[in-house]
Amino acid sequence: MKLFRTISRYFRDAGKSVIRNFSLSLASISCIAITLIVVAVALVLSYNVENFAESIRKDVTVVIFLDKDTTESQRQKIAEDIRKTGNVASLEFKSKQEAAEETKKQNDIFSSIVDGWTDETNPLLDSYMLKVKDVEKIKETVSTIRKMDKINTINYGEEMVDQLITVFKAIEKITIGLVIALIVVTSFLIANTIKLAIFSRRREIEIMRLVGASNTSIKIPFIIEGLFIGIFGSIIPIIITIYGYNSLYSFFDGKLFSSSLAKLISPTPFVYNASLILLLIGVVVGMFGSWRAVRKYLKI
Amino acid sequence: MELIRISDVEKTYKTGTVALYDLNLSIKKGEFVFVIGASGSGKSTLIKMLYREEKPDKGSIIIGGINVAKLRNGKVYILRRKLGVVFQDFKLLPKLTVYENVAFAMEVFAYDKKEIHKRVMEVLELVGLKNKVRQYPDQLSGGEQQRVVIARAIANKPKLLICDEPTGNLDPETSMEIMKVLDEINKMGTTIIMATHDRDIVDKMKKRVIMLEEGKLIKDIEKGKYYNETV
Repeated sequence: MKLFRTISRYFRDAGKSVIRNFSLSLASISCIAITLIVVAVALVLSYNVENFAESIRKDVTVVIFLDKDTTESQRQKIAEDIRKTGNVASLEFKSKQEAAEETKKQNDIFSSIVDGWTDETNPLLDSYMLKVKDVEKIKETVSTIRKMDKINTINYGEEMVDQLITVFKAIEKITIGLVIALIVVTSFLIANTIKLAIFSRRREIEIMRLVGASNTSIKIPFIIEGLFIGIFGSIIPIIITIYGYNSLYSFFDGKLFSSSLAKLISPTPFVYNASLILLLIGVVVGMFGSWRAVRKYLKI
Repeated sequence: MELIRISDVEKTYKTGTVALYDLNLSIKKGEFVFVIGASGSGKSTLIKMLYREEKPDKGSIIIGGINVAKLRNGKVYILRRKLGVVFQDFKLLPKLTVYENVAFAMEVFAYDKKEIHKRVMEVLELVGLKNKVRQYPDQLSGGEQQRVVIARAIANKPKLLICDEPTGNLDPETSMEIMKVLDEINKMGTTIIMATHDRDIVDKMKKRVIMLEEGKLIKDIEKGKYYNETV
């Protein structure tokens, strides 16, 4: 009962002092809000870049054309050998008939040409469509396959894939670094704002100590106050993230550059996860900032 | 019964000023003691040591069984809960009402609301401010503010009340009113130690007087024996 009373008093006091010190609370809240908006933008960017990179990685298809005289059993053997490389996400066989059908669908001119082909005159080759697990090892895998029997040619847009891999690696590093740096910088910024806010209340802390409040019982309301400030500070960034990203998504119709590759991450559950991250950062930073700031005035 | 025992206390500030030197003192329960002396005599240091705002370099200060000289920073609250402190500059929270300022001191004990209300009204009546509970400190006169401070200091029923120049900012008439309140509290059994340089008050109250000069105890005059002597 006594404990419950103490805890409820802590919360009541913290709430009261947020209101009593409204202008200073507002300063801390806006500081958190503004920085969290920047964090939100960074989150949206980095997640989408990561997503884009991932979808490209998944989409890299190695087309392995087989010699015309490949027998059924040789074909099976090749499939087995390809699987043995260990870098196979999916492997599909496309016969020359299927390839012809696909070509036919592309446009009418092709269609009439393809119609003239018989199984014997079909100039296309049987092929395997390979999607790899790990794009970074694509070179090794391809060179292994190239050494196999009855392989005609292998196509996978070698140069472009190489470049993309390097670019994505760099972007990944930059965005992760950026987000971390941003979080660290903002923690200190917020801690300083809260320190200023608490500086004006050092008298209150002094009096609390004089009337016999223990250090813990002085700290706790301030830390809870930091929690409230963190929560209030993350409301606007969360709203902006949810509504902003949703409208961004519908504005671009879910993709950039009208390419089916550059898809934006679907808003649900992404915006809610991002909101949770923002709330968490706000709360942790608010509480940490308060704790650091109040600690200074308890070393008397 | 002895409440405070000060033995061989010495204190030198970092600047090299010796504030107190070889101080020995014993104060009984229920006493009313004045500490007098010129500025720089060490009386403020002595008072601050009693509520552990300052620590002595040497010696021991035992208040109600607690050795204040060895009290760690995190444990100071244990001592503070046993005593009340009244300051020259009041130290009231300007954003809280009279009622809230007094209740503030009680809330650290986690009393329930009813108990707090009862006791706050009780002490405010004792200091004669029952009709000003909703006012803010800056709406009160100096004397009234000091009464709020006294009410706050005694709200938790401390055994010891420490007053650091409580009348320093008040006119003589108001000062005497404050002294009446303190005397009443003393009669209810609370030990009071009060630092002052107001000789008139000391003269009129006829209590035990401890005189400090340059950090040394030069006179310890029994209750009623002090007359305005020129030192």
